[in-house]
Amino acid sequence: MAVTTSPERDIVATPMQRATREALYAGAIALGLFVLFIGLRTDQNISNELILVQRWWLLAVVVVLTMAGRFLYVAYGQPFLANQKIVDVATGLLPESMATRFFRLPYFIAAIVIVAVLAFLAGSLDGLLGPGLAGYARFLRALAIIYALASVMFYFRTFIHAHFSALGITALALYPIIVVLVLALYGGSVAAGFQGSLKWVDNYGIQILIYVMLAWGLNIVVGLAGLLDLGYVAFYAVGAYAYALLGTQYGLSFWILLPAAGAMAAFWGVLLGFPVLRLRGDYLAIVTLAFGEIIRLVLINWREVTNGSAGITGIPKVTFFGLMTFNVSDPNYIAKVLDIATSSAYYKIFLYYLILGLCLLTAFVTIRLRRMPVGRAWEALREDEIACRSLGINTTTTKLTAFATGAMFGGFAGSFFAARQGFVSPESFIFLESAIILAIVVLGGMGSLVGIAVAAMVMIGGTEVLRELDFLKQVFGPDFTPELYRMLLFGMAMVIVMLWKPRGFVGSREPTAFLKERRAVSGSFTKEGHG
Amino acid sequence: MSDASPSVNDAILQVEHLSMKFGGLVAIGDLSFQARRGEITALIGPNGAGKTTVFNCITGFYKPSEGMLTLNRRDGSSYLLERLPNHEIPARAKVARTFQNIRLFSGMTLLENLLVAQHNKLMKASGYTILGLFGFSGYRTASAESIDLARHWLEKADLVDRADDPAGDLPYGAQRRLEIARAMCTGPELLCLDEPAAGLNPKESMALNALLMDIKDNTGTSILLIEHDMAVVMQISDHVVVLEYGRKISDGSPHAVRTDPRVIAAYLGVEDEDVETVLIEVGDEDVIEQLDTGPDATHGPGSSSSYFAGPVTDTVGHSEGERVTVSKGASKAGQVDARSGAARPASPAEAKPEKPSAAKSSTAKPAAKAPAKPKTPGDSNRGGGNE
Ligand SMILES: Nc1ncnc2c1ncn2[C@@H]1O[C@H](COP(=O)(O)OP(=O)(O)OP(=O)(O)O)[C@@H](O)[C@H]1O
Ligand SMILES: [Mg+2]
Repeated sequence: MAVTTSPERDIVATPMQRATREALYAGAIALGLFVLFIGLRTDQNISNELILVQRWWLLAVVVVLTMAGRFLYVAYGQPFLANQKIVDVATGLLPESMATRFFRLPYFIAAIVIVAVLAFLAGSLDGLLGPGLAGYARFLRALAIIYALASVMFYFRTFIHAHFSALGITALALYPIIVVLVLALYGGSVAAGFQGSLKWVDNYGIQILIYVMLAWGLNIVVGLAGLLDLGYVAFYAVGAYAYALLGTQYGLSFWILLPAAGAMAAFWGVLLGFPVLRLRGDYLAIVTLAFGEIIRLVLINWREVTNGSAGITGIPKVTFFGLMTFNVSDPNYIAKVLDIATSSAYYKIFLYYLILGLCLLTAFVTIRLRRMPVGRAWEALREDEIACRSLGINTTTTKLTAFATGAMFGGFAGSFFAARQGFVSPESFIFLESAIILAIVVLGGMGSLVGIAVAAMVMIGGTEVLRELDFLKQVFGPDFTPELYRMLLFGMAMVIVMLWKPRGFVGSREPTAFLKERRAVSGSFTKEGHG
Repeated sequence: MSDASPSVNDAILQVEHLSMKFGGLVAIGDLSFQARRGEITALIGPNGAGKTTVFNCITGFYKPSEGMLTLNRRDGSSYLLERLPNHEIPARAKVARTFQNIRLFSGMTLLENLLVAQHNKLMKASGYTILGLFGFSGYRTASAESIDLARHWLEKADLVDRADDPAGDLPYGAQRRLEIARAMCTGPELLCLDEPAAGLNPKESMALNALLMDIKDNTGTSILLIEHDMAVVMQISDHVVVLEYGRKISDGSPHAVRTDPRVIAAYLGVEDEDVETVLIEVGDEDVIEQLDTGPDATHGPGSSSSYFAGPVTDTVGHSEGERVTVSKGASKAGQVDARSGAARPASPAEAKPEKPSAAKSSTAKPAAKAPAKPKTPGDSNRGGGNE
C-alpha cells in the first residue's frame, strides 16, 4: 500500500483533489489496519463458547473518521499551517499566532460567564437538564475552567516563563489549601471542603507527585548518565516492601524506615549495577528489564515473607513526626490534639506535603549533584564514555553512583507509596510502571526537571481526568469505561509530543557552570547516551 | 604498580617490543622506541600503519598482545602502562590523549568540558561528593581554582570568548584545540595527540603549532604526536618515528628521517615493476604467516572490548576502510631494502640480534642477508607477556 505520488501530480492537483486522494488512502490503510481489530471481536456466549462478534458499524465509523480527519488536515490544516509562516505583504508581519487567536478577551469573558452560570445552577442541573445533559454541562464547565486558567497563564506567559520554578513550587505548596478553601466556599462548610478535597489531593496531587519523584529519580540514571534502565520499578518495589515488611513486623516508624528503604534500594541498585555495568545499550535495557521482573516474581513467589500476590495489608500510617497520629482510635489523634473536627482529609493533606517535600529533596539533590564533579561525570558519560576514560574518570564507579542514587529515590518513593496505600502487592510493580516512568522522562526532555514535572502532570493527571468523563457513558453505552482507554491516549500523546518536540517538552540543557553568562544548550547538541 | 625503574632516565615513555594483533592482522609488530622528556616526538606513517593502535595501547584502550610500555614520571615513579586499567593511565601515569575523530562532550559547554577533565582532582576536593553536597568551603575553593585553570587553557586555545557555548557548536579547528585544552586540564606529563592538524586550514595549523610549542616550553609536558602533515612534523618535532605496516622503519631527527630512502619509499611507493622483481628475487617467502596464528583469545583486544562491551571498533574509533591485509611484499620500505640489496640495519635503534622478528617481517628482505636468524614461530613471542 505504498503511496507513491509523482511530484508533477502534486503540483497540478488542487488541495481539494489532493485531500480527497489522501483521504482515500488513509481510509484504505485504516480499513486494512482495523478490520480485524475493530471489525471482529472474540467473545464468550452464555455457554462459555468462543464466538465472533461482528462490529462492522464501528469499523465503518472509525474508517470514516480517519478519512475525514485526513481530508480536513490536508485540505485546510496544511494550507493554514503554511500560511502561518508567510509574511503579510501589506504589513510585513507574520500572521497572528494560533495562540493569540485562541486566547482572546471575549472568549475569556464567555468562559467566565459559562462557569459562573453553571456553578450557580450546580445543584439544580440534574433537574433542569436531566442526568444525560447534565453530564455534558459539567464537562463544559470543566472545559471553561481550563480555558479560563489557560488564558490567564497565556496572558502572563513571559512572567511565568521567567519564574517558572518559583511559581510552580508556590502553586504546589498552596494547592491543598486552595482546594479546601474553594470547596468549602462551594459546599458552604469547612467540613465539606475537607471532604471534597480528598479526591483532588489524593488522586491528583499525591498520585502525580509520586510519579514526579519517580521520574526525577529515573532521570538521574537515564537523563543524566544516559543508562537506559527499564526495570526502575524494581527499586520502587524494594522501597515499598522494605517499609511494608519492617513496618508491620517490627513496628518501626516511617521516619526510620524511609532512609532505610532508600539505602536498601540503593544497595540493590549497586548489586544490579555490578554485573550490568559492562553492558551497553540494548543489552543494558534488557537486563534491567529482567531485573525488574525478577524482583516482582520473587515478591509473588516468596510467600512466607511477602505473602505472595495477596500482598501485605495493614501497613502503619505515617505519624506526624511522632507527635500526632492519624488513627482515630489513638489518644494523640491529630483532631483530638488540635481539637478540630475528625476528617480523613488531614492525613491526605499531610501525605501531600510529605511527598512534595520528598520531591523537592530529589530536585535539590539532583541540582546540587549536577554541579558537582560526579554529576558532570554522569553527563560526560552520556556524551562520550571513551572520552571520559581518556580523562581518567572511572566509568564503573561513576555508573554505579548514578544507579545507586537513582535507586535510592525510587526506594524513598516506594516507602511513601506503601505508607499511603496501607497495602502493597506485586501488582503495583509491573513492567508497565517502569515504562510509564520512562515515558515521562523521555516526554519531559531527558535531564530537565521542569519538563519532567510537566510531563508527569500531563500524563498522570490526564489519565486521572479520564475517570471524570462519565458522560461518555451516554454516548457509548453504559459499559463504556473511559479509564480503559488511558494507555491508548498515553500512546497517542507520546506520538504527538515526539513528532512535535522530538526532544521532549524541555529539550535544552542548563549548563552547570559558566564564565560570562548562562545560556541553555540546545537539545540538538546533547546526546542520549547508549549504555 | 610503580615499579622501581632501573634508572630514572630522560625517556618519559619507553616502548619495548610492542605487538598488537587483531586476529590474524598484525597491527603493530615488535615496535620499540623512546619518547624523551620535554620533547615532541612525532609518530608518522602511511594510513593504516598502526599509529592510532600504538596510542590505544599506550592509553590502555587496547591491551597489547606483547611488549612493555614504561612511563617514567617526573617524580621518579614509573608505571607499566599495559598493566594499568584504562582510566588509571590518565589519573596516575599522567598520560592524556586526543582522538583522531574528535571526541568532545558536544552537549556540554566548553567550560564544562574542561571541568570534566579535572574530575579526579575535584572529586577529592569534594570529599567524594559528600562534603561538597553540604557546601564545604574546601570544595568551593577547589571549584574556583578549577574554573581558573579552565579559563587559562581556554585563553591559550583562543576559545575564551566561546566558553559558554556548547562544544558541538564549534568549528572543526576550534574543536581540535578544545580537545587539546581538555587533555591539558588533566595536568598530564605526556600528551598524546592523534592527528591534531587534520582538517585544519593553514592559519589554524600555524596556531596549533604555536599552541603545541607553548605547551612544550611552558608546562614541560612531553608530546607524542601522530601527524600526516609533514610541514607540522618537520617544524615542531624533535624526534620522528616512522611506522609502516606496524613496523618501525626509521627513527631519528626530522632531518635524518626525511632523507631516509625507506621512508621516502614508504610514502611514495616503489614502482610496480620493482615490486615484481623484488618478489622474484626474494623467492616470495612469507614470514608474516608465522605471526598469523589466528585469533588470539588471551591477547585479544583489552577488557574494554569484551563480548559484552561491543566490538572494539565501537569502543575506540579508528580510521575505517584501511584494513591492512599484510600481503606478501607489501612493505614498500622492505622492497627498498631488498632492491638495494645492502645489509642496511632496519633502523638505528634496532640491534640486529635483538630483533629477529622485525627483521623477518621486513617481508622482502633477501634471505641471504639474514642467514643467522632462526625462524621458529616461538620467536615472535619473545617480547614478553603482558599479562
Ligand atoms: N579494533 C581493531 N580491530 C581490528 N583491526 C584493527 C582495530 N584497530 C585497528 N585495526 C587495524 O589495525 C591497522 C592499523 O590501524 P590504525 O588505526 O592504528 O592505523 P593508523 O596508522 O592510525 O592509520 P591512519 O593514518 O589512517 O589513522 C589497520 O589495518 C586497522 O584496520
Ligand atoms: Mg589513526
